[in-house]
Amino acid sequence: MTSPRPASASQALAPAERAVQLLGGDLSEVALRQHLEGLPTVDAVGLEARAASFGTRSIKTTSKAAALDTVIRMIDLTTLQGSDTRGKVRSLVAKALVPDASDPSTPRPAAVCVYGDMVGNAVEALGSAWSAGKDDGINVAAVATAFPSGRASIGVKLQDTRDAVAAGADEIDMVIDRGAFLEGNYGKVFDEIVQTKDACRRDDGTYAHLKVILETGELVTYDNVRRASWLSILAGGDFIKTSTGKVQPAATLPVTTLMLQVVRDWERLTGERIGVKPAGGISTSKDAIKYLVAVAETCGEAWLDPHLFRFGASSLLNDVLLQRQKLTTGRYSGPDYVTID
Amino acid sequence: MTFLDYAPAPESTSILGLRDEYGLFIDGEWRPGGGTSFASVSPSTERQIAMFAAADEGDVDAAVAAARKAYRTVWGPMSGRDRGKYLFRIARILQERARELAVAESLDNGKPIKETRDADVPLVAQWFFHCAGWADKLDWVGLGAGPQAHGVAAQIIPWNFPLLMLSWKIAPALAAGNTVVLKPAETTPLTAMLFADICQQAGLPAGVVNLITGAGETGSALVRHPDVDKVAFTGSTAVGREIAKALAGTSKKLTLELGGKGANIVFDDAPLDQAIEGIVNGIFFNQGQVCCAGSRLLVQENIHDAVMDRLKERMATLRLGDPLDKNTDVGAINSTAQLERITRLVDAGIAEGGEAWSAPCELPKEGYWFAPTVVTGVEASSTIAREEIFGPVLSVLTFRTPDEAIAKANNTPYGLSAGIWSDKGSRVLAVADKLRAGVVWTNTFNKFDPASPFGGYKESGYGREGGRQGMQAYLKGGK
Repeated sequence: MTSPRPASASQALAPAERAVQLLGGDLSEVALRQHLEGLPTVDAVGLEARAASFGTRSIKTTSKAAALDTVIRMIDLTTLQGSDTRGKVRSLVAKALVPDASDPSTPRPAAVCVYGDMVGNAVEALGSAWSAGKDDGINVAAVATAFPSGRASIGVKLQDTRDAVAAGADEIDMVIDRGAFLEGNYGKVFDEIVQTKDACRRDDGTYAHLKVILETGELVTYDNVRRASWLSILAGGDFIKTSTGKVQPAATLPVTTLMLQVVRDWERLTGERIGVKPAGGISTSKDAIKYLVAVAETCGEAWLDPHLFRFGASSLLNDVLLQRQKLTTGRYSGPDYVTID
Repeated sequence: MTFLDYAPAPESTSILGLRDEYGLFIDGEWRPGGGTSFASVSPSTERQIAMFAAADEGDVDAAVAAARKAYRTVWGPMSGRDRGKYLFRIARILQERARELAVAESLDNGKPIKETRDADVPLVAQWFFHCAGWADKLDWVGLGAGPQAHGVAAQIIPWNFPLLMLSWKIAPALAAGNTVVLKPAETTPLTAMLFADICQQAGLPAGVVNLITGAGETGSALVRHPDVDKVAFTGSTAVGREIAKALAGTSKKLTLELGGKGANIVFDDAPLDQAIEGIVNGIFFNQGQVCCAGSRLLVQENIHDAVMDRLKERMATLRLGDPLDKNTDVGAINSTAQLERITRLVDAGIAEGGEAWSAPCELPKEGYWFAPTVVTGVEASSTIAREEIFGPVLSVLTFRTPDEAIAKANNTPYGLSAGIWSDKGSRVLAVADKLRAGVVWTNTFNKFDPASPFGGYKESGYGREGGRQGMQAYLKGGK
């Protein structure tokens, strides 16, 4: 697309249940634009001050212990490298199955997150621990739609998604077309999410969970983040996710706070709960706990649930394990006392 | 226990080395007072912190005489550069002892440690640093070359920001070359006594800063003392009026920073989530015991319900309790007298047809507490829309057009502060221009900076504190 779609009320976009319910039958570019531009604006200074205030909460003793376990349960343990091999994925899965060999009470992360072609390997390595869409084990999440840039034809993106779902992916982490969004072509972004959601459909009629990555580091302004979040929800996303982890800045506390405000507003409006996933750059327990505070104080404790909040992270898990060991034993160990993956 | 029942995280009081009894700090020494000593209690527990001396007329006389002598012999003749050195030294000590001061202030005033640690004490140090920089640059203060100090400044401060108000008074006075006699409020004298220690630690010459404790009579004797050249008062409009009367016809200079009934105006294009934070910060910061509090919310009628829903939801997350707990958002009311006043005014508001809603929080059994409260259905004629409550109580009024918002905002005998929430820059500027308030915040509230002048219109007082204008208040034109 080289220019925004001409504004025409008759140009209907692909149907999407939420958008239809909220906006009525008219899902034209004009209707979408008017809707998104009518959302409340964001004052950057105020948002950042609010986010900083979450960081001043003092989470100690029993609260800290509970928080650390909650963090682990919310992690999407991730490897997204061109150099990923079957061995690397097996090793990641092993870490998810036994995060801390010295303490069997350690909870497991929510999911392992890999590239689409590694889904089969991850499923195989998980064995009986794989949730297989039944929500009682570890999920396999796959990035799709020409992750991380999203610069491919829609056909390629959809096939990428279908392949991952066919291989067993329980969750699809798609990227939005940031170029189209910045062109003001909200309809194209909307359509692609709707179609990707459709591609998440399994043969039995159920859907793989769809996480929509906004890549907030490329959207830059908070107003854009609010619109993109809202648009992704309208189009059928189950989760909104900050970043691919390949662009700086990745997840930040202000951006995540804003996205939490969006899902809180969506619940207020429709009663439906959408998940939020900050990804990239959260590597310490201390930072992760700030996010939990932001979740609980923005959306309420109901959101402290892996179905509604995730961390996309790789090195975070080990820092949490170190802190957990410290709380259990009363002394700090060191990086050699947790397994690298 | 759920996650939001954050485990207790109390700041330890072991850092405090408090005495059982504090005297008067006059001429660089501690001495007993002539009046009957009084106790200061911690508002959150009603437990006694220490006993404090009460200064009688003889003590006031001694304090003013010490200040006069120090002005004549040491501080007046001293170069601005050297005065600045002392002030910088004090500022650094304030930073070094920040935690101790934050704990003491929270204990004595009842405000949350979060605020004393992150707002009060850092601002105190900033004020001294800022004014220290002025000490050798007085030629640029705007009064022409070689401006002169007044001499002895008598200063009376309130209980809502005890140490911060002390710094607003003492730092510019000393930078300009005055010596001071300062009286802290009788319910919050503790940090002023710690400041006396800091003056000694900094090697400040005796008599430059004199700190006398006592109640209203002590203050009255101080401002009426014939050898005082300048009076600065922060407190209620009623007392300010008495002082102005007492000083009429004398050569004493006077600045007054009095009450307020600040309007916080929310337009329908406001950044909503941030406006909610600003409303909360505007009225619940320091339990609303702030002269510039945004105690009247003027919200555009078409977003009234949306704003109220969000505001109540946010208020329900405020954590009221032990002020020394690092997670406490709302602390105790400073005194039983203040609590009674708040209760009486809210009752009047309800009797006049207002609808009160309080955040669902459990009030501790001991101490003085008032849950964050919002009163809707308030009209411009209501008592709680006109009288300063000085507590965590927000009165909500609506408006339809910018002109109506301006008219309602200005329709008060006060004129200290106002806030505007709008995404539209041109509207913000146009409205700010017409608001008769000394401070207008846009898309924020309750922000202070030593470089920015602060003060009121109308019954909120006269004179400015902070910035160049704040320095001018302690100087007169050169010879």
